[in-house]
Amino acid sequence: MKIGIPKEIHEGEKRVATTPEAAEQIIKLGFSVLVESGAGVGANISDDAYKEVGVEIVDNAKTLWKDSDIVMKVRAPERHPELTIDEIDLLSEGGCLISFIWPAQNEELMQKLAAKNATVLAMDSVPRMSRAQKLDALSSMANIAGYRAIVEAAQHFGRFFTGQITAAGKIPPAKVLVIGAGVAGLAAIGAAKSMGAIVRAFDTRPEVKEQIESMDAEFLMLDFKEEGSGTGGYAKTMSKEFIEAEMALFARQAMDVDIIITTALIPGKPAPELITEGMVKSMKPGSVIVDLAAEQGGNCALTEKDQVVVKHGVTIIGYTNLPSRLANQSSQLYATNLRHLLTELCPEKNGEINVNMDDEVIRGATVIKEGKITWPPPPPKLSVTPPPQTEAPAYAAQEPPKAQPIKQLLPLILGGLALFALGAVAPEAFMSHFTVFVLACFIGYQVIWNVSPSLHTPLMSVTNAISGIIVIGALVQVSKPDNIISILAGLAIFIASINIAGGFLVTRRMLEMFRK
Amino acid sequence: MSHSLVTMAYIAATILFIFSLSGLSKQETARRGNYYGMLGMAIAIVATALSGQVTSYGVLLGALVLGGAIGTRAALKVEMTQMPELVAIMHSLVGMAAVLVGYANFMDTSNPLIGVEKTIHEVEIYIGILIGAVTFSGSVIAFCKLSEKISGKPLLLPGRHWMNLVLLIAAVVFGGIFLQQTESGAGILPLAIMTAIALIFGVHMVMAIGGADMPVVVSMLNSYSGWAAAATGFMLSNDLLIVTGALVGSSGAILSYIMCRAMNRHFLSVIAGGFGTGAGGPEAVIEGEVQPIDAQETAQLLLDAKNIMIIPGYGMAVAQAQHTVNEITKLLREKGKKVGFGIHPVAGRMPGHMNVLLAEAKVPYDIVYEMDEINEDFHNVDVTIVIGANDIVNPSALDDPNSPIAGMPVLECWKGGTTIVLKRSMASGYAGVGNPLFVKENTRMLFGDANATMQAVLKELKG
Repeated sequence: MKIGIPKEIHEGEKRVATTPEAAEQIIKLGFSVLVESGAGVGANISDDAYKEVGVEIVDNAKTLWKDSDIVMKVRAPERHPELTIDEIDLLSEGGCLISFIWPAQNEELMQKLAAKNATVLAMDSVPRMSRAQKLDALSSMANIAGYRAIVEAAQHFGRFFTGQITAAGKIPPAKVLVIGAGVAGLAAIGAAKSMGAIVRAFDTRPEVKEQIESMDAEFLMLDFKEEGSGTGGYAKTMSKEFIEAEMALFARQAMDVDIIITTALIPGKPAPELITEGMVKSMKPGSVIVDLAAEQGGNCALTEKDQVVVKHGVTIIGYTNLPSRLANQSSQLYATNLRHLLTELCPEKNGEINVNMDDEVIRGATVIKEGKITWPPPPPKLSVTPPPQTEAPAYAAQEPPKAQPIKQLLPLILGGLALFALGAVAPEAFMSHFTVFVLACFIGYQVIWNVSPSLHTPLMSVTNAISGIIVIGALVQVSKPDNIISILAGLAIFIASINIAGGFLVTRRMLEMFRK
Repeated sequence: MSHSLVTMAYIAATILFIFSLSGLSKQETARRGNYYGMLGMAIAIVATALSGQVTSYGVLLGALVLGGAIGTRAALKVEMTQMPELVAIMHSLVGMAAVLVGYANFMDTSNPLIGVEKTIHEVEIYIGILIGAVTFSGSVIAFCKLSEKISGKPLLLPGRHWMNLVLLIAAVVFGGIFLQQTESGAGILPLAIMTAIALIFGVHMVMAIGGADMPVVVSMLNSYSGWAAAATGFMLSNDLLIVTGALVGSSGAILSYIMCRAMNRHFLSVIAGGFGTGAGGPEAVIEGEVQPIDAQETAQLLLDAKNIMIIPGYGMAVAQAQHTVNEITKLLREKGKKVGFGIHPVAGRMPGHMNVLLAEAKVPYDIVYEMDEINEDFHNVDVTIVIGANDIVNPSALDDPNSPIAGMPVLECWKGGTTIVLKRSMASGYAGVGNPLFVKENTRMLFGDANATMQAVLKELKG
């Protein structure tokens, strides 16, 4: 099948849906790849780079859309500014489209695509499960956005991030507050941290505390108990009291920090307003706020979408195209996500896709199948069913009966009686040997008990060598006049000496190997 | 040499043996301990040889030199992965020697005893040969199982407990007959029959024990070889043999006990053999999908991790992967990662088996941890690599009361970040138990020969 990659037409969009590296892999799956001339320019990828790996360059968008069985894009289809025609109309009847769609927000688009009898896979609808991680474009884009947010902040911030003591004076490190420690938040923490800033982070989901701390940032605790985890690893709306406590925390922090990165989003809802105008006013002049939620209305009251504004001396950055501002990197990750999706779609590697609706990942991503809208998908199943619990009572019934004192004492009593009987009849010579024997057992017990487990094998081979002491028994018998006894004893000496030499030497060999 | 001097030498040897064993309990003193043992043995042999009881030096020297040469050769040639087999076959030699000495002593009529002393002496001979024969045949079977000359699966004959009981009663009955017949100077026949019974008993006992219990069996046979020496000491009235035998016997017994505790099994149930026969109800069925991974992704995961734990099992020994593992460890440590090894007490086929293999590959022993040292820390571990281990990382030991290995402490690697399991195929472990770890969400399976896949990972890490 032919896969076409058109040039993105959204204003300011520099990403492209495939890179030469990814295209090479896709071709290996049996597909042929067409790329619109100049599609990669924004991401610094030339047409020649594509040609080198066997991609066919097509001069204009119309031909590309017509010739392709599958079209892969970054942005959802929209009106083509040059051809003055909608991209949907370019899509061939019954064709296949893979791109970001945002079906919840774009109902009209969905209807139009369905009318085209198209099959549409939305990269934003890939279910959040571990198997699908490699095609999770939202995470890879969020990662880039988080990084870029710090870069943007640094550009507008008038000071170093890292603290320094120089001949010209002491420079305090910048303080960065990251609100919302999702993928983007964590990426921002990492970037700010590696530039030397003091990073604090807040999130309503307590389970991310460890992740934040693993990045060496400080997790801001809220003295308030409420679980903020919603389904699918996203946050949910919190109670009024919680929000009040949270706002008080932000107000305190706003006075202290130099840079605030907000990434708080709740799926399907406008972004919560976390930074009020009052807080902005309280910030030091020259501070920077980067609002990653600008697309959904912004976490800061003064954010203007796609704009950089300076209010009350604070720079507020509301860019919504941060991934596109790192076009080459984003294209690479997005292209890899798409390639993984194609690998899932084409398990036979024969260049044909199979939209297998029994596969949970593909089912989740597919929003329109042959003209039928299949969005939203059924909720994801857990891959491991918990073990049946019915056996538990049976087990409980098997609890061992209470130990009876007589049963415990019985061996002791029997042992005592046996010793008594032995003592009653045994001659003195035997008893002295017996004394030695019992004492030696106790010494053995005491000496061995603390052995380090790593030395169990050497210990065994050394005790094995030592048990070759049986050679003494053979030695005292080897010189008896009886020939049979001599032969038996000689044989025993022979065998035991194998044991002695072998045991000690192999122990030595092993111990030589143990080193710090 | 006078009798007192010989006794003095024996005391010196005894003390040296005790130092030897106590030295072996720590890494720092282990080498010295081994030399103490050698010295003690040399003193004991030389003192006995000069004691005046020995006159036929030709036979003595011949046997010592020949045996010593064979032992030396075996010790220098053996692969570290074959250590369990070597130790097992060495145990059988001690058992064999005990049997031979017992027979020689029985035939020796030079110092006539009378009354109770004679009876006790006969009983000592009888028991000495019995233990020696059980040790011998049991160790030979253990050797065959470990070297895979025969199947490691437990052989469970119907009514095996009854069979053991019958053998035991027969041994006692023939003991009685033996004592009666020795009154008239005979008795070799019941002694021979008992030897045969003991040999059968040894075979039957070890045959019934499954491969996963082999560490217990090996240390138990170690203990038996000590008791055999002690029994020989009684029959010869030789304190050195008694003390040394008792030292070895009790140390082996404690090792077996430690092993059993590590598996949460009762010593008797291991010895009685058969695995999982006591579990009630069906095991929980494991459902889910395994997620395979390739060497390249594994290398990437390792490069992204800070804290890495490696859990080796018998599969690493089989694939001889320890050297490759060490290369990877070195490389990762150079890159500033924290790498540790988690050793389960019963990993491998012999107590401490994994430690020896890692030491052979020159893994520094201070990054090799025991289960108890690290089991609490798995939540700090980013990536765990499980190499050829199965039962020792099986979560059903903890959460499925019907699992045959229920209650056995295991390395809880699933509590960490990602677990990568190296495995040849989806077959279950030695215990024949399915492993829900493989289908956990944070587990990835890396299929293939452990050494080949580790090589591939190493290449990716370098590239």
